[in-house]
Amino acid sequence: MDQTLDHTKAFAEFIAHSEGKSLLRFLTCGSVDDGKSTLIGRLLYDSKRLFEDQLATLEADSEKFGTTEGDIDFALLVDGLVAEREQGITIDVAYRYFATDQRRFIVADTPGHEQYTRNMATGASNSDLAVLLVDAQAGILTQTRRHAYIVSLLGIRHVILAVNKIDLIGFDEERFVDIRNEFAEFAKQFDFESIVTIPMSARYGDNVTDRSANTPWYGGPTLLEHLETVSVDENLSDKPFRFPVQWVNRPNADFRGYTGTVAEGTVEPGDRVVVARTGQAANISRIVTLDGDLDQAQAQTAVTLTLDAEIDASRGDILVAPEHRPEVSDQIAAHIIWMSEEELLPGRPYLLKSGTRTVGAAVSELKHQVDVESIKELAAKTLGLNDIGLVNLSLSEPIAFDLYDDNKTTGSFILIDRFTNATVAAGMIRFGLRRATNIHWQALNVNRDSRAALKGQKPCVLWFTGLSGAGKSTIANLVESKLHLMGRHTYMLDGDNIRHGLNRDLGFTDADRVENIRRVAETAKLFVDAGVIVLVSFISPFRSERRMAREMLDEGEFLEIFVDAPLAVVEERDPKGLYKKARAGEIQHFTGIDSPYEAPLEPDLLLDTTTADANALADQIVERLMKGGYLGAA
Amino acid sequence: MNKPLTHLQRLEAEAIFIMREVVANFERPVMLYSIGKDSSVMLHLARKAFYPAPPPFPLLHVDTTWKFRDMITFRDETARKYDLKLIVHTNQEGRDQGINPFDHGSSHYTQVMKTQALKQALDLGRYDAAFGGARRDEEKSRAKERIFSFRSASHAWDPKNQRPELWSLFNTRVKPGESIRVFPLSNWTELDIWQYILSENIEIVPLYFAAERPVVQRSDQWIMVDDARMALQPGEKPEMRMVRFRTLGCYPLTAAIESEATTLETIVAEMFVARTSERQGRLIDHDETGSMELKKREGYF
Ligand SMILES: Nc1nc2c(ncn2[C@@H]2O[C@H](COP(=O)(O)OP(=O)(O)OP(=O)(O)O)[C@@H](O)[C@H]2O)c(=O)[nH]1
Ligand SMILES: [Mg+2]
Repeated sequence: MDQTLDHTKAFAEFIAHSEGKSLLRFLTCGSVDDGKSTLIGRLLYDSKRLFEDQLATLEADSEKFGTTEGDIDFALLVDGLVAEREQGITIDVAYRYFATDQRRFIVADTPGHEQYTRNMATGASNSDLAVLLVDAQAGILTQTRRHAYIVSLLGIRHVILAVNKIDLIGFDEERFVDIRNEFAEFAKQFDFESIVTIPMSARYGDNVTDRSANTPWYGGPTLLEHLETVSVDENLSDKPFRFPVQWVNRPNADFRGYTGTVAEGTVEPGDRVVVARTGQAANISRIVTLDGDLDQAQAQTAVTLTLDAEIDASRGDILVAPEHRPEVSDQIAAHIIWMSEEELLPGRPYLLKSGTRTVGAAVSELKHQVDVESIKELAAKTLGLNDIGLVNLSLSEPIAFDLYDDNKTTGSFILIDRFTNATVAAGMIRFGLRRATNIHWQALNVNRDSRAALKGQKPCVLWFTGLSGAGKSTIANLVESKLHLMGRHTYMLDGDNIRHGLNRDLGFTDADRVENIRRVAETAKLFVDAGVIVLVSFISPFRSERRMAREMLDEGEFLEIFVDAPLAVVEERDPKGLYKKARAGEIQHFTGIDSPYEAPLEPDLLLDTTTADANALADQIVERLMKGGYLGAA
Repeated sequence: MNKPLTHLQRLEAEAIFIMREVVANFERPVMLYSIGKDSSVMLHLARKAFYPAPPPFPLLHVDTTWKFRDMITFRDETARKYDLKLIVHTNQEGRDQGINPFDHGSSHYTQVMKTQALKQALDLGRYDAAFGGARRDEEKSRAKERIFSFRSASHAWDPKNQRPELWSLFNTRVKPGESIRVFPLSNWTELDIWQYILSENIEIVPLYFAAERPVVQRSDQWIMVDDARMALQPGEKPEMRMVRFRTLGCYPLTAAIESEATTLETIVAEMFVARTSERQGRLIDHDETGSMELKKREGYF
């Protein structure tokens, strides 16, 4: 009975207290094995929020997988994947939750391995503070610098440098001071707001939650003391109003609500807002929620806004304060962290998601790569996995944005591979680029339709793709003569007339291949504009480039023709002796040998060269064109 | 000068944002509704996210036929009350074979009646996004999962190859057949759930409150005898005890705890001094370490 009473009292106090607690999101980072996971495990353990069954599991796991000979291996509290426990490393970020009397914490334990840097960046993107660990024996390593740089790039202003495993250097003050000074010197360039350096042993708990008797020379706070008191609050509500529209709620004809989360600033009924991209203005009528209308919504709240005027706004638009508008441009400069095994290719089309808006994007220029060892700028042609660089991006349509340093929500983006749908990069917008000239397309009286009508045909691109020696040119030549005989106006683009002229400056690296195809596709497009049926015969090994070509043309104007011949067959044919040379290593980057060929998944036409001859295959194409109405009235 | 948002307000806003991203980006979303407290919170948040419209997706309940009777009653009442489309799916093949938790072992039973059943239901509905109420604080492999968790066409999770997930920029792109499992409550703890239920006055299944219930003791756990299908072992005799449940599932696999907590306040107070985790009451997780990850790789929620 008494106990229940105690509970109820404790509860009332608890509720009252926890309402007032603030939240701190932080991450642990640093090089492999520096003790990040052990530290989080230690914090959870010492904050006494581990349950008995979790402790029992921890003890059993420590015996089975532990790296600590008999002691509890705290890292096993966070390294939750089978592969992580087996290898004794962290692979992906773990999110853990704990609270003290002062604060609530969400902590992201991130991997130290370079290979998994993108997972570290994932954990860092939503954190207000970083605990950067250094192994006191090993000192500051490349990976320590890389993580410090990423932390600063992502806009984290507060760092705790945990000089860990201090037990292994006999709690040596001198060594600690050396590391602290070395880091302070290195970190000058990042202008962090606070750097607190703490001598620590995650394994034995020194200066984690309790002050250690082993470091009498250290007078600063323990890790937990600092986490509980550091002030990271940035009042988002004081900034200019930004409201990315997520979804338009139209349950019936009388209600049109713009749903979204206030990214920054506040909003009240009567406030004037504009659509950033178009400048259309309206006043806020209501702030609608299930719990009734609000008088005000502050930053980070999810609401539904109604307006007093019908304006053209939909998902992807940003409603903003008229006197503080974001930039609008289709050219931006940004830092990106590349996160894909497949390297960045300038010119290749990706998708860019910023706020709630998704548009097409290509890197128009790679300004430089950042060398993480020295944080110096290097010239580069491409970015590989975990590389960081400054790029110019060219977008398919203008977007409204802020600079990342001003607003993380409207200043950040991700790049998505159009084909694999993988998230390939994270970006921070540094500045908008004004376009060199305002290119407004002239509305000409003579247009593609009138030109095509003159020729009595529907222009299109016949895109022949396939391995070298598959028979692309042979078949394309046959098709062209057949069409010519039928009085159709055609033109052929192939290696002979493009490679030696327009694309003479390009080699055979992946980046050059992309540029090669881009130019060919642009040229083909001009011919289509002129009303011509264009035959393009290029190996064009990558799906995404063929897709880029397809997307440059209108629906139905691009026919992908896969001239299919197995590698063994073309190597046997080897009409120009190229495969032999490639095999001998005399030609590099040869498709099919040491450079991949990605077969089309859904070609418009598949020609199997092992079962029919070139003439029959050419007839198939002509027939397809007739059926598709490309050749006009016969 | 504005007061900073409370922790619960931030969690609420985050969950609502996530739900709206799903509705704006997917063609056929569905909400996995397991009838537990987390589902109750998730549904409440969905009502908030789309108000004044009702949640623009159906609820899907994978019924193993072994749920507590009170849960089924609550489920049907909830769907009726909020005028929601409710889809109930049972693995018919498993039912025909009489697969049950007593004779077939919890892991085989879970595989057939939960994991397979779920995959069948998702395939049938051709859903491209499915909300789940799982929280990262529940279990170690959950702590590793993304909020938007990509699934292959065979519903498999690949924990070693998750999409980076930065800021609140969720990558919602999938190819036909592939899907995303979405966890709007990822960052909530058990305590947050209870505090939110309390502050928002959310209805939950009565089984969460202590009451006299018929139970038997099996390997140190209290199991409720919810219907006559439960075969009693020699010497077992149901006795009435004040018990409640911290988590709800199939009654033969869900242990009760002894408790006097009959109000939300006392439940939260008990939570506050609890010495075991809620998972303790879920018999299926005790099969082996790493068993949750394994089940999730196979498509379990
Ligand atoms: N002596 C000593 N050993 C420690 C300390 N902190 C961690 N270790 C040990 O260092 C090893 C690596 O620790 P982890 O916590 O797994 O390191 P990590 O930084 O999380 O590693 P990754 O996540 O894989 O990058 C384990 O064997 C720990 O027990 C410490 O303060 N003192
Ligand atoms: Mg680790």
